[in-house]
Amino acid sequence: MLRFTLLRAGHAVVVLLGVTVVVFALVHLVPGDPVRVALGTRFTQESYDALRAASGLDQPLLTQYVQYLGSAVTGDLGVSFRTGQPVTTILLERLPATVSLAAAALVIALVIAFPLGVFAATRHGRASDTVVRVASQAGVSVPDFWLGIMFILLFSVTLGWLPPSGYVPLTEDPLEWARRVAMPALAVGLVSGAILTRFVRSAVLESLGSDHARTARAKGLRARVVLLRHVVRNALVPVVTVIGVQAATLLGGIIVVEVVFAWPGLGRLTYDAVAARDYPVLQGSVLLVAALFLLVSFLVDVLYGRIDPRISAR
Amino acid sequence: MSTTTAALAVEDLHVTIGRGARVARIVRGVSWSVQPGQTLGVVGESGSGKSMSVLAATGLAPATARVEGRAFLDGTDLLGLGPGELRRTRGRGLGFVFQDPMTSLNPLLTVERQITEGIEEHLGATRRAARTRALELLEMVGIPDAARRLEAYPHQMSGGMRQRVMIAIALACEPTMLVADEPTTALDVTTQAQILDIVRELQERIGMGVVWISHDLGVVGGLADEVVVMYGGQVLESAGVQTLHDAPAHPYTRGLLGARPRLGRLREELVAIPGAPPDPRALPGGCVFYERCPIKAERCAHEVPPLAEVAPGHLARTFCTEER
Repeated sequence: MLRFTLLRAGHAVVVLLGVTVVVFALVHLVPGDPVRVALGTRFTQESYDALRAASGLDQPLLTQYVQYLGSAVTGDLGVSFRTGQPVTTILLERLPATVSLAAAALVIALVIAFPLGVFAATRHGRASDTVVRVASQAGVSVPDFWLGIMFILLFSVTLGWLPPSGYVPLTEDPLEWARRVAMPALAVGLVSGAILTRFVRSAVLESLGSDHARTARAKGLRARVVLLRHVVRNALVPVVTVIGVQAATLLGGIIVVEVVFAWPGLGRLTYDAVAARDYPVLQGSVLLVAALFLLVSFLVDVLYGRIDPRISAR
Repeated sequence: MSTTTAALAVEDLHVTIGRGARVARIVRGVSWSVQPGQTLGVVGESGSGKSMSVLAATGLAPATARVEGRAFLDGTDLLGLGPGELRRTRGRGLGFVFQDPMTSLNPLLTVERQITEGIEEHLGATRRAARTRALELLEMVGIPDAARRLEAYPHQMSGGMRQRVMIAIALACEPTMLVADEPTTALDVTTQAQILDIVRELQERIGMGVVWISHDLGVVGGLADEVVVMYGGQVLESAGVQTLHDAPAHPYTRGLLGARPRLGRLREELVAIPGAPPDPRALPGGCVFYERCPIKAERCAHEVPPLAEVAPGHLARTFCTEER
């Protein structure tokens, strides 16, 4: 188990290194001159050259990359072209907003997906199964930001129950955080939950029809024991992968919903950085999202090994 | 063969899947019984309804199947029980060994857990007592180093060892009946022989009845007291194993015996039965075997032969008994 965990961690580090190369290369391949954007109307040739030299953009690409990597390892991701703040500081400021939203959305998704998916699978082919299938198909088909806008119209504009946008840190005022996070988390969580429901349903369905589930029934175990110990537990193996992908997507991919709800997370930061060609911030946020993605995959792999003894044995 | 004294008896069992025009008749009026300590071989090709008849009788048919008829375990009609009672009766009185021990065991649980859970449920044993019993069972089915094997997962064992674990699970609550559904088909020949020996020995020791389902008349021949030959969801012939071997009455049984290779007769050509079993959704009007029958009597095309006694204790579903 320890060897398995270390091996996975090693893989993650190698992948992360690859990510830095890709991120660095992509950002430098994008057309548009960040120094010109940063200077705007204050542009003179001298100030241009000076800023270019100060940012290290006059150096060869490889040198720039090695410098970037060297400082990245020590936690220095450069300074924002736009605000002059250290990128690391900006990222750390934004991280709690994104993580707390993603976590809330994931909890909502899981709370929806497990009961509904298992329920539908055990009612396979009956009316209640069809209802769940149609509902989850609808959920998969709806864009989360549209749901978000509908929620604002309903809960904020019409009913006036919840503030339409804005963020309060969880650590400052948990109740207010919950009021603010409710709508974006529900918008994202419903869609994510619909996707997961379909996976849970099909995994449980397959597991219900398996030979070992028949053995469990043949032993005369209680229906609940057969379902939980022998059916759902085995269905978890494929489902955990999908949960991992969903969690990772939530951490890095709630861009539009964050914009809709003025949620100061990484998605919004990335969006703004692209618009302003703020390379260091863009590099930093993409790198952080990639690192989060890898962290989640690593956790999924470890979880896998804990659920399925065949995996850690390999 | 009385149903009241039988360990397991099936009476007029029918299994259908689907409804209306697309209904599949998998099992059509099957009856047989097993006396305590005896072995019944149920033989047939895949799709003959042999497994389904036994699974349906014990309440293990898929949820989509409709089961009618009666199935007595020690005199209790299993098909008349509520789900809870059926579950308890099955767990206590019936043991099952299935075809593929790799997929039939749960890959995520240790061998110990898979044996003890039934013991805890039906015998009210504590975890510790169940573990002691599990150890005993593993030793009984001939697993070396049983204490260490308790901690193992199925993937860490060989096919033969896994099937021994299945047998240990099946015998955990000392059932009156063991149902073996092609338990040696997925194993190599040496392992097959070992598994056969273990079952035979344990049967003598415990005195339980056995239903052995197989497509292989050879395996069944060396093990069973009585044999039931199934085809197209019906019993075509049933007799004592020696009678069936020496004087098969039904053309299908004779075909099965001819299709079996024997040592010392390597040069003799194997006689295959031409054609394929009937589609359970479009069964013929006459005899179910008519299409493939070498005799093809005129009468059999539109009349179903009854399952009639051709000799004491020997039943066959054919009009052609005299043409043997």
